[in-house]
Amino acid sequence: MARGGAADGPAILARELSKRYPGPTPEDPGTLAVDRLTFEVRRGEIFGLLGPNGAGKTTTILMLLGLTEPTSGEARVLGHDPAREPLAVKRRVGYLPDSVGFYDDLTAEENLLYTADLNGIAADEAARRARERLREVGLEYARHTRVGAFSRGMRQRLGVADALLKDPEVLILDEPTLGIDPEGVRDMLALIRELAGRRGLAVLVSSHLLHQVQEICDRVGIFVGGRLVAAGRVEELAARLFGGEPVEVEVRLCRADERARDAIAKLPFVRDVRPGDDPRTLRATCEARAPGAGGEPDEPGARLARALVEAGFDIVGLSVRGRGLDDIYHRYFEGAEPGREARGSLAGRARSLDAGRPRDGAADEAAAGPVGAFVGRLRRLLPGKGGDGR
Amino acid sequence: MTGAVVVARKEIADHFRSLRFHIVLALVAVVGLVALYVAGQTIRQNAESATEAGSVFLLLFTTSNDRLVPFTSFLSFLGPLVGLALGFDAISGERARGTLARLLAQPIHRDDVINGKFLAGLATLAVLFVGVTAFVGGIGLLFTGVPPSSEELLRLVAFVVVTILYVAFWLAVAILFSVLFRQAATSALAGVALWLFCAVFLPLLAGMVADAVAPVGTDATVAEELRNAYWQADLSRLSPATLYDEAVGVLLMPDVRTTGPIVITQVIGMVEGKLSFLQSLLLVWPQIVGLVAGVALAFGLAYVSFMRQEVRA
Ligand SMILES: Nc1ncnc2c1ncn2[C@@H]1O[C@H](COP(=O)(O)OP(=O)(O)OP(=O)(O)O)[C@@H](O)[C@H]1O
Ligand SMILES: [Mg+2]
Repeated sequence: MARGGAADGPAILARELSKRYPGPTPEDPGTLAVDRLTFEVRRGEIFGLLGPNGAGKTTTILMLLGLTEPTSGEARVLGHDPAREPLAVKRRVGYLPDSVGFYDDLTAEENLLYTADLNGIAADEAARRARERLREVGLEYARHTRVGAFSRGMRQRLGVADALLKDPEVLILDEPTLGIDPEGVRDMLALIRELAGRRGLAVLVSSHLLHQVQEICDRVGIFVGGRLVAAGRVEELAARLFGGEPVEVEVRLCRADERARDAIAKLPFVRDVRPGDDPRTLRATCEARAPGAGGEPDEPGARLARALVEAGFDIVGLSVRGRGLDDIYHRYFEGAEPGREARGSLAGRARSLDAGRPRDGAADEAAAGPVGAFVGRLRRLLPGKGGDGR
Repeated sequence: MTGAVVVARKEIADHFRSLRFHIVLALVAVVGLVALYVAGQTIRQNAESATEAGSVFLLLFTTSNDRLVPFTSFLSFLGPLVGLALGFDAISGERARGTLARLLAQPIHRDDVINGKFLAGLATLAVLFVGVTAFVGGIGLLFTGVPPSSEELLRLVAFVVVTILYVAFWLAVAILFSVLFRQAATSALAGVALWLFCAVFLPLLAGMVADAVAPVGTDATVAEELRNAYWQADLSRLSPATLYDEAVGVLLMPDVRTTGPIVITQVIGMVEGKLSFLQSLLLVWPQIVGLVAGVALAFGLAYVSFMRQEVRA
């Protein structure tokens, strides 16, 4: 397939991209939904955009598609500016909106054929592709079913089929696994992975489902209050965030007795051992790095496992806590435990970004305009439970 | 433009499949048949005056008895309903279904969506009114056995075109409301409110304002009375229904020579006669231009507000 336009640049590039939604009145500064966002997605890469509700993920995606105009900054998708050349972008980008909808009176296939028609795909080719995509997302059996009779998850799958219909070079998925059953999620993630690998698609996925994102994304960006607070590979982020901090390792043994506990306690990189929640487990607090003598990996988990096996203990399971995306995410948003440098500064940053948003009642009223303010005042005047007239 | 054509093709198919269209079609066809029946009876009763008027065929569309209004008046009243029914959820419906973002993410221009929808509405209206007029005319032909002359056919075509134009105004208004309001029900209600305002209140208001601006006392002169009448006529021409009534009245009745108020002295000396088709057309050209301007204004507003709106408003 011919790929014109800056073939070697990143597939998606955002530079200082900002979007301010105007408020209801001219004096109202409005909502700064995206604040000087800079990031890129390379070809063949899956990039996860993570953030809480209202972080500005959907707004960013709409700007990348040229569906809403940035207030400032610029975006490039496959070398094109979506604000100036939306058609060039939309011809080559498949998009799954966050609450995807279809024409309920048409069948799944008819809906796809309409999309094909809008993309100028010839009828016989369109029919072939529609059938193929339906098979790929596991909806072949529902080809001739009216979409009105579809379940939430089936619509979502159809949305993916729809986004893939134009054979895109870039795929933008806003909450792709929302409402899909676990088996379906697995299929979907496998499909996305395969597409990115086999066809060299660049994929931008927005989600709050961390496990899924961690599973398939090459890199992630953490997005809070319109700003990207961190971006990189999950391991890099973990290293940056938790570097030098002790790690909790939990081992499950066939017999977690005193002997085992001593064996663990005397390892040089273990600070402390105590029984876990389950009687057969032990929990050890280890140094972040456990450099060994002869080129062994310096992962404390690996060292601990090896030591136990060498001492003749049988390990049933082992888990290293505090390194996953959950923990990274958690630390950016909620980890406000005082006294820890890394945490304090990062959480503080996330919080200070949040401080720009209205939180207290008065500010909420201000944001809601004169009517909101009036209703708020009324509510305060009325006695009891919200004044429902009883 | 190709994007608009693709959108229009799909929308036309949707219209023809929709229950809404079938209800509207049935309504207009039934009204047409009833009006035709009444017109036929009336014409038969006053056979001489009908033949005197010359164009029996056109009388089928404009005649009635004292209990029922003719087909043209029915259309003047029901036309808005047809336009509103075809357009009140054009954009808000896409929004509510969640298809708008997906549609706009395809390689088409944003205006292709609204242009396509308007085109589809126009095409549907054309099919509807050409169909119903041909149907009513065909049955009328069987009834009377008098085939229309070529001039009568021209007048009929002009009548259909003006009707489409009139209903297109209401279609554009409906699309405008579907852009402005998120709820289809709100949009439909706003459309109906405007329709009733134009049909019922504007004529009343025109009379009241005319009386205030140009009062007519008990001893008013002809000039004063004329002034009042002109005010009233001009004000009620703000309503597209008035423009439509005047236009089709003149187009379908060759012996109507003016749309404005006239005094009895002007009539007394008048030589009986008929206008040619071109003369009739010229007479109501301002009304037709007014309707075109109304359509352009309503659709222009819808277009601009749609283009400026956020995808997630
Ligand atoms: N059309 C709009 N007008 C005004 N404000 C808007 C509009 N759309 C979004 N916003 C605001 O912009 C901010 C970002 O919204 P956005 O939908 O991009 O968040 P999100 O990250 O996609 O959230 P979610 O995870 O809930 O989908 C929110 O504060 C929202 O209230
Ligand atoms: Mg969103």
